[in-house]
Amino acid sequence: MAGSFLFNQFLGGFTTAMFLFLIASGLSLVFGVMRVINFAHGSFYMIGAYLAWQAVQWLHPSGATFWIAALAAALGVAVLGAVTERLFFRSLYGREELYQLLFTYALVLILADAAKFLWGTDQLTVSAPPVLAGSVSILGTTQPLYTLFIIAIGPAIAFALWLALNRTGAGRMVRAAQMDREMLDALGANVSFIYTGMFALSAFLAGLSGALVTPIQSIVPGMDVLIIVQAFIVVVIGGMGSLWGTFWGSVIYGQVLSFGILIFPGFSLFSVFALMAVILIVRPWGLFGRPI
Amino acid sequence: MTAAAAPSQAPSDPAPVPKRRTRALADRIPWILVVFLIMATVPWVGTRYDTFLAGQIVIDALFAVSLNLLLGTTGLVSFGHVAYFGVGAYVCGILMKTYELPFSVAFPAAGLGAAFFALVFGFFCVRLAKLYFAMLTLAFSQIIWAIAYKWNDVTGGDQGLPEIPYPNLDWMSVIPGCADLSVGARFYLLSLVLVAVSLAVVHRIVRSPFGRVLTTIRDNPERAAFLGVNVKAYQLAAFVVAGGFAGLAGALYGIFSRGVFADYVFWSKSAEILIMTILGGASYFWGPPVGAAVLVWLNQWVTDYTQYWSFVLGAILLVLLFGFPGGIVGGVVLLWRKLKRLRHA
Amino acid sequence: MLEVSGISKSFGGFRAVSDVNLTVETRQITAVIGPNGAGKSTLFNLITGHLRPDAGTVRLDGHDITGAPPFRICRMGIGRSFQRTNIFPQLTVFENVQAAFLVHHGHGRDFWSRADTLYRDETAALLASVGLADEEDTIAGTLAYGHQKQLELGLALASDPAVLLLDEPTAGMSASETRETIRLLARIAAERALTLLFTEHDMEVVFSIAQKIAVLHQGRIIAEGRPEEVRGDAEVRRVYLGHGLVHAS
Repeated sequence: MAGSFLFNQFLGGFTTAMFLFLIASGLSLVFGVMRVINFAHGSFYMIGAYLAWQAVQWLHPSGATFWIAALAAALGVAVLGAVTERLFFRSLYGREELYQLLFTYALVLILADAAKFLWGTDQLTVSAPPVLAGSVSILGTTQPLYTLFIIAIGPAIAFALWLALNRTGAGRMVRAAQMDREMLDALGANVSFIYTGMFALSAFLAGLSGALVTPIQSIVPGMDVLIIVQAFIVVVIGGMGSLWGTFWGSVIYGQVLSFGILIFPGFSLFSVFALMAVILIVRPWGLFGRPI
Repeated sequence: MTAAAAPSQAPSDPAPVPKRRTRALADRIPWILVVFLIMATVPWVGTRYDTFLAGQIVIDALFAVSLNLLLGTTGLVSFGHVAYFGVGAYVCGILMKTYELPFSVAFPAAGLGAAFFALVFGFFCVRLAKLYFAMLTLAFSQIIWAIAYKWNDVTGGDQGLPEIPYPNLDWMSVIPGCADLSVGARFYLLSLVLVAVSLAVVHRIVRSPFGRVLTTIRDNPERAAFLGVNVKAYQLAAFVVAGGFAGLAGALYGIFSRGVFADYVFWSKSAEILIMTILGGASYFWGPPVGAAVLVWLNQWVTDYTQYWSFVLGAILLVLLFGFPGGIVGGVVLLWRKLKRLRHA
Repeated sequence: MLEVSGISKSFGGFRAVSDVNLTVETRQITAVIGPNGAGKSTLFNLITGHLRPDAGTVRLDGHDITGAPPFRICRMGIGRSFQRTNIFPQLTVFENVQAAFLVHHGHGRDFWSRADTLYRDETAALLASVGLADEEDTIAGTLAYGHQKQLELGLALASDPAVLLLDEPTAGMSASETRETIRLLARIAAERALTLLFTEHDMEVVFSIAQKIAVLHQGRIIAEGRPEEVRGDAEVRRVYLGHGLVHAS
């Protein structure tokens, strides 16, 4: 029946959207504060997935295993991010943006092979936690509980981030850093700490999304590249550095992908890049961004 | 990307920072000829595999030099240069395989086709500020990839265009020593000559008044505008020229690799060429070819020992970024200057 | 020659330039003075097309050039030097000026000649006239500040302008450097029959060579006329007395 089919597509698009939002939010955050596009963000996501799998292997199976593994993975990636920023990224701040971008690309290359070395090239899977293993019937369609969870967690994290940015002291400093980092530095705020913190938070989000995606998608080499391209498109559409931009950008992207496959089979690939190009031509700073 | 501008001085170094540009142009010309001659002897002196590597180097050298026309000369960072390489490869491949046109038609057509796309895409790209420019070049490049990947009727889709025919190279038998060469080796020699000529043309363009204007745009676009330069028009012109030459490189590559496939146009190739350019040294005309040679050779050598080429490449990039921002040629130039100072001390 | 009428520009709620009228006579040296923040650089940016005015017009020899893009305004004969030195850092001093000649004489579309060989004599002559003959091969980014300013001037002159706008030409200079620069400017203006418009907040400089002075304060012209008139103007003294820039005569 057409209605339930459309609903299925819509929900599918929304799942993709929320899950992309989780990843893209980190990318957007880093760009907003540090004005750099972190290509390694997709790698952080992939490492998060692998770490989650590894944690599941090591932990005693129980109802809570999945959640502990996901959290551990996210924290692990956050530490990786913080260390990377302090040791390497820091020395590149004064330099041209191209160098910073190339550095993140070097990270992509290195982390990809590190993952290959540690976990091989076989596909790995992680099962959904028992509490979310079932499915539910909505409007004539069967929806796995886990996908509903993903759809719910998107706005939850968006709201949490919004709260953190707008209602806390730290958040205020971050927003100030987004607008004028030199001024903030002059005011005595510990800007380098903010940078490390933001980078770690963004890595945390990436790692968390990687961990949370494992019940839906198997872990394979190359997932880093696939996801970073999509996250990138989302951030361009929504607007770099804008939280709500990233949110709505994800939603739009998810729906375009979902319905694009129906309208132009085979051209959904083309349509998302075309959308990205159109946005850049017409309104480069995205739907919600500010001209830099 | 600074050329010879003041590098940071170690406190123990008493010598003044060299502020003058070394006039070594006259010294360099014989070297290029030497390299050309060495490259030309590969089919006789080396194995078939050596010829394959040499061909790879030669084609990548042209591709990288075309990118450097944007990066090093005009200051435009493009992440989507492979789009034009791809267009050239497909145009040449399609004309030769599907329409059975001769190479003498397909080759220039590839360059023109790529230049045309560069004109259309570039028109939109140059209107944008640095960061968005880079992103739009990437978006356009991925659009080309998506088209190549899906347009089965024309591009062969994900199957691509295998078995692109070699051009008719029988006429090369009259050249002394060439009669015994395989068609692959002959095509290598032809490519070498075509690339050498193309490089000479690009070199001429870089040294021309037009090229000089491009460098002013790189150094200070605002000031260039206030000399009377229509900055966007020049950037677009550079984009088109660079795209055209990338297309020529792509055309050669399609024949050389005996096929044109969609993954040639994936953005990771743009990244590879960018790395090659910076590895060699973006501030020097011969930087990118040096980078191409080093990277191709290194790739072959490393993949013989390990499957972790990505890691090695990433490590090289890190060393480059943190240690040798001027690339190999930059490092050599600095070393040479230090040696000169020691000799005169 | 250069006529600015009713020019205004606001940024957000801030009125940077308010209804400014200024006439720059041919072959005269006109100075626009005012304390920091008075709107001098903004006014220049409005004239040279770097900013579009909210209201008003700019006319050059009767032609309306309001809001035209900078490269076109340059080609019409207005040259400019910038307050923060704006040169081509990776090119040598010689190449900097040579590039300016190449562009000015329309060689930008030449893809074939060797740029090195063109306009060598003219470049050398111009460099000598601005005092940079010894620094021809120096890479511009490594020049001392004073020399960079001289190169700035050289670049502006290479386009053979009829009107030259100089934004704080002696900023950051010592007293002796300032005097040198002023002498140089006066000489060049005379040699090339230039119309000069410059901004300054150093009164010594202004009174020594300007034939007409306009005083800008908070975006408005509060006085305009010959140096003696301006010096004696009550409003000017009121505005400047606190800054100690004008000697009570």
